[in-house]
Amino acid sequence: MKISSREVEYVANLARLEVTEAEKEKFTAQLNDILLYIDKLNELDTKGVEPMSHAISVTNAFREDKILDSIGTENSLANAPDARGEFFRVPKVID
Amino acid sequence: MEFETVIGLEVHAQMLTDTKIFCGCSTKFGGAPNSHTCPVCLGMPGVLPVLNKKVVEFAMKMALATNCEINKSCEFARKNYFYPDLPKGYQISQYAYPLAEHGHILLDVNGEQTKIGITRIHMEEDAGKLMHDEHNPSSYVDLNRTGVPLIEIVSEPDMRSSEEAADYLKRLHEILVYLEICDGNMEEGSFRCDANVSIRPKGQKEFGTRAELKNMNSFRNVQRALEYEIKRQQYLVENGGTVIQETRLWDDAQGATNSMRSKEEAHDYRYFPDPDLVPILVDETWVEKIRKELPELPLTKRERFIKDYQIPAYDAGVLTADKALANYYEEVVKLCAKPKAASNWVMGDVLKFLNEEKRDIRQCPITAKSLADMIRLIEEGTISGKMAKEIVEDMYKTGKSPQTIIEEKGLVQITDEGELIKTITSIIEANPGQLADYRGGKEKLFGFFVGQAMKATKGKANPQLVNELLKKMLA
Repeated sequence: MKISSREVEYVANLARLEVTEAEKEKFTAQLNDILLYIDKLNELDTKGVEPMSHAISVTNAFREDKILDSIGTENSLANAPDARGEFFRVPKVID
Repeated sequence: MEFETVIGLEVHAQMLTDTKIFCGCSTKFGGAPNSHTCPVCLGMPGVLPVLNKKVVEFAMKMALATNCEINKSCEFARKNYFYPDLPKGYQISQYAYPLAEHGHILLDVNGEQTKIGITRIHMEEDAGKLMHDEHNPSSYVDLNRTGVPLIEIVSEPDMRSSEEAADYLKRLHEILVYLEICDGNMEEGSFRCDANVSIRPKGQKEFGTRAELKNMNSFRNVQRALEYEIKRQQYLVENGGTVIQETRLWDDAQGATNSMRSKEEAHDYRYFPDPDLVPILVDETWVEKIRKELPELPLTKRERFIKDYQIPAYDAGVLTADKALANYYEEVVKLCAKPKAASNWVMGDVLKFLNEEKRDIRQCPITAKSLADMIRLIEEGTISGKMAKEIVEDMYKTGKSPQTIIEEKGLVQITDEGELIKTITSIIEANPGQLADYRGGKEKLFGFFVGQAMKATKGKANPQLVNELLKKMLA
């Protein structure tokens, strides 16, 4: 076993996901399967191969510093679960 | 026990671009809440961020100005955490492959140069702004600032005192403003600083446990917060306690740092390369193009002023603290060819007037030409230094040229020998007692005659000429 159900719980909490006991068991097994597969990849000799972060070979995709239309306050707030005046409203957070 | 302080600083500088780092929304400060937003910076699903080229170029300028090596390849990563000012649930930043590394700047403290290392400079997006309701359990979110471009400049733990840290910050600030890539406004948050502070017994090699200080929005507060924190840690250690690694907030009104207890949960940002943004490759041609665009930097300018204008290091420091001020000074010198006199007038009178009204040199009513003319008029003996003091004040108030003011007020210095001889003759005749005493050895009375001559001419007599004539005529 690569990871325990405690680690699944930890990761779920970081992602703000609520999981039941049954799900926790299921995900632990599934994640272990995935990690076993990664182990398989590790068998490959990658000496002298640069690490790569993207599957495509495109680099340097830029835009010029030109202002485009914003969508405005009203549209920005249109899908918000809660808003007040020109602001999004969220449960109180204090640093 | 004697302690040594160890300080490292993280500076966030907002880049002066027109648009955000990954979308075309305006970066302008002070728009209606949530008006400078679009699906990209609101973090809507399915959108594609595209990097603003100018952000890369601005960051490269700072990297070159701080002697960093620009990496041939760099990329963006996602820093994952949940907070309402971050709509995507992650901040796009750089992690394993930053834009630039291994730089340094030089500090000049009391004539001694110290090198402060720069670990890295990377690009990232800013988060939104939160306001907290005093009466209801609600916070309000404005996402205008979300996606505004920042560079983060991380120093090595090379500073050994709060003064050194403050000096480093000022130099960094100066460079950013000289490069015209950041407006440097600390109150509006365009230039923010977090500090890592620890202490260790003098002579010990290992670092002590550090505290991270946040929420200091002026140079003065950074220094005050550091001083407080150093004392707090020393007191703790001397009394058998231990410093714990934590984030502490500076409270300006209280003059103290307080533990930020609410965020006790250990951070686990799970950085990974952002799949939406492709790697950035920077070749030598691009670096050289940017290098050519760099202006003369503050330190170089300072050294040039000292050497070319033969002015003291202190003067050069004041005059080059602001690029516009340095340009003004150079213009004055070019027109009057009196560098030291120009420095005295700019630093003494002009800056005093401007500071009183909290204006900067761009708003100065005295043009460089007027000031240069005035300096020339003193040199030529047309006006005395004392008269000039009065004239320069009028120049500031009215914006008029010195020649106009001199004419309007009839201030021209009397340099006509014949006229002065007449005046002095009548003074000598009117004061036979003093004359006899002077000739009898009371040399102090010379000042009395100078005073009488200046009084008779309402201060307009050329003092040097009065001295010369009196010496002859009293003998």
